[in-house]
Amino acid sequence: MTGEASTPLLKVENLLVAFGRAKAVDGISFDVAPGEMLGLVGESGCGKSTTALALMRLLRDAEIGGTAHLNGVELLGLDEAAMRARRGADVAMIFQDPGTALHPMIRVGDQIVEALTAHLNISRREARKRAIDLLRKVGIAAPEERFSVYPHEMSGGMCQRVVIAMAMACAPRLLLADEPTTALDVTVQAQILELLQGLVREEGMGVILITHDLGVVAGMTDRVAVMYAGAIVEMAATEELFATPLHPYTHGLLRSIPQLDSGWDEPVPTIPGSVQGAELQTGCRFAPRCAKASDACRTPPALREIGENHFVSCWNTP
Amino acid sequence: MTEMLIEAKGLARHYLVGRHRVLRALDGVDLGVARGATLGLVGESGSGKSTLGRTLVGLQKPSLGQVLFEGKDTATPEPSFMARLRRERQIIFQDPSGALNPRMTIGATVMEHLRVQGWSRADAQSQAAAAIEQAGLATSFLSRYPHEISGGQRQRAVIARAISTDPAFIVADEPVSALDVSIRAQIMNLLHQLQRERGLTMLFISHDLSVVAHMCSDVAVMHLGRIVERAPRAALFKTPRHPYTGALLSAIPIPDPVRERQRMRIILKGEVPNPANKPSGCSFHTRCPRATELCHRVDPPLRSIGTEHQIACHHPLE
Ligand SMILES: Nc1ncnc2c1ncn2[C@@H]1O[C@H](COP(=O)(O)OP(=O)(O)OP(=O)(O)O)[C@@H](O)[C@H]1O
Ligand SMILES: Nc1ncnc2c1ncn2[C@@H]1O[C@H](COP(=O)(O)OP(=O)(O)OP(=O)(O)O)[C@@H](O)[C@H]1O
Ligand SMILES: [Mg+2]
Ligand SMILES: [Mg+2]
Repeated sequence: MTGEASTPLLKVENLLVAFGRAKAVDGISFDVAPGEMLGLVGESGCGKSTTALALMRLLRDAEIGGTAHLNGVELLGLDEAAMRARRGADVAMIFQDPGTALHPMIRVGDQIVEALTAHLNISRREARKRAIDLLRKVGIAAPEERFSVYPHEMSGGMCQRVVIAMAMACAPRLLLADEPTTALDVTVQAQILELLQGLVREEGMGVILITHDLGVVAGMTDRVAVMYAGAIVEMAATEELFATPLHPYTHGLLRSIPQLDSGWDEPVPTIPGSVQGAELQTGCRFAPRCAKASDACRTPPALREIGENHFVSCWNTP
Repeated sequence: MTEMLIEAKGLARHYLVGRHRVLRALDGVDLGVARGATLGLVGESGSGKSTLGRTLVGLQKPSLGQVLFEGKDTATPEPSFMARLRRERQIIFQDPSGALNPRMTIGATVMEHLRVQGWSRADAQSQAAAAIEQAGLATSFLSRYPHEISGGQRQRAVIARAISTDPAFIVADEPVSALDVSIRAQIMNLLHQLQRERGLTMLFISHDLSVVAHMCSDVAVMHLGRIVERAPRAALFKTPRHPYTGALLSAIPIPDPVRERQRMRIILKGEVPNPANKPSGCSFHTRCPRATELCHRVDPPLRSIGTEHQIACHHPLE
């Protein structure tokens, strides 16, 4: 969907993930170019993490369909041994929940060393040196000392930075960053995002940035895909999406950002209703919450291109 | 004088790192929260916010100093006061999945919490259902396990548990950072409603300053185990006086790609101080653009400037 000249780093076609009868991801297609950062946003439970976990092949008890080519290699069809060799080296993930991503009984430094030696042919001593260097890069003070602490001895934001260091350890081609900075204060967040941006610009790493922070999306990403109830409902270049959002859900999303200068105790605008049961909807899944819904919405709208590289699935946009 | 529901006096919490080094996660904190108020707590990752929260609700013992509840020392309470303290002080943990037992359903988790506080089986059951609905989830979620629901849904389950005992004081440690903007707005509105209807008192820890601006009447800023600034919301956001607060506010991402990519951040340069080996004088001086020789030598105490504004700085911003 981006320019035909650049071959995508990642090309996802018709990705489907079902847990039993519930389709958490329902046939989504998108791609990521080398050196591109794609933002993935949308309501809690809409399938963002599931999409990333499916690409990492880390979902058990799920039925998965579609294809995902990373540098031409189809990930979803690889056997476990082949996938293990790629995980961490070609595609790495920063997990949403740093608490569960770290082993509670292993010192944090050793966990990074583990990630390094799994894919790189280096000595433990060299790995230790690099691990300390990574800890310093993510802004951990006194990294030599912090190398040998356990996760519970670190703050929430420090654990998150260890998880980031692990994901970056082997310089993956594609990084799936699932809420990578939610536990960080804004100054440390700025520092981490700058680090990621450096890898994107200098190494051509591709990134899928999953986040609820639309300020981070605004500052970092090249394009944004908006998900609702398992489907991509809008996709466009970042400036374009913020300037002219077309899908009613995207409108609602942008409106519910709390503003710094809004009054205390003033209710924040929300999108009325809830996403629950949307996967059972026969027509447009957003229709029950949509102010613009009409008869046409009983038929599910497909994602179509309106304007250059601006895709939307809604019957009621021009 | 308004009555303080909960108060920290000279609170310190020390951790042993390695064999001999002492890390002062809290280093003399004086802080009160008036009944019915919501105090925001912001600050650098690792500055001691969660430690302060855990100590205020009695999950950790202070190394030095006291926690007062309704003016009474909580260190050696008589049995009836102890039971009240357990019911009246609750915490919403920073890490939603670490806070839930993976082998228990959401319903069992909330029920167990209530049963420990002496609720009968039948009452606990209906109370758990009420709490889960108040947190914005359908009661069908009571029978789900934590891994079967999304990150945002887990966070709401944690909120349901905390509000189920109808507490007077809640420490909310990053309660909305895992939520998308729309559900975040719903949870913020819910917490506001609890404030209004039940007179709930809160310590609200968050890295998201627009959320803090919205939720809190007062804001305290922490840096390396100390409170370095405290002021009413409007004063803190409009005229921050501590240079650390200034840097923090300058780094808030703006959800507008055009403005976000043009604005100026105050970037903190210099060594991140090691909390186990704090610099002499002011703990911010290694990175402070205004630091002078005085700041290297003398640690500035928290002092009042104006009626409700306090800072710990030799050279405050104008
Ligand atoms: N192992 C599982 N079994 C059953 N349902 C699941 C499982 N994992 C996820 N789901 C469901 O799939 C849907 C998508 O979940 P997912 O974690 O991908 O959401 P998300 O977009 O990442 O949300 P959040 O922003 O809250 O992290 C949710 O409705 C969730 O309840
Ligand atoms: N059990 C522990 N043992 C040793 N050190 C600890 C322990 N718990 C916390 N610390 C240290 O205490 C300091 C303060 O941690 P705390 O979790 O209170 O920070 P925080 O302000 O909540 O940070 P964040 O914003 O990242 O969550 C950190 O340096 C941390 O490493
Ligand atoms: Mg998720
Ligand atoms: Mg914390």
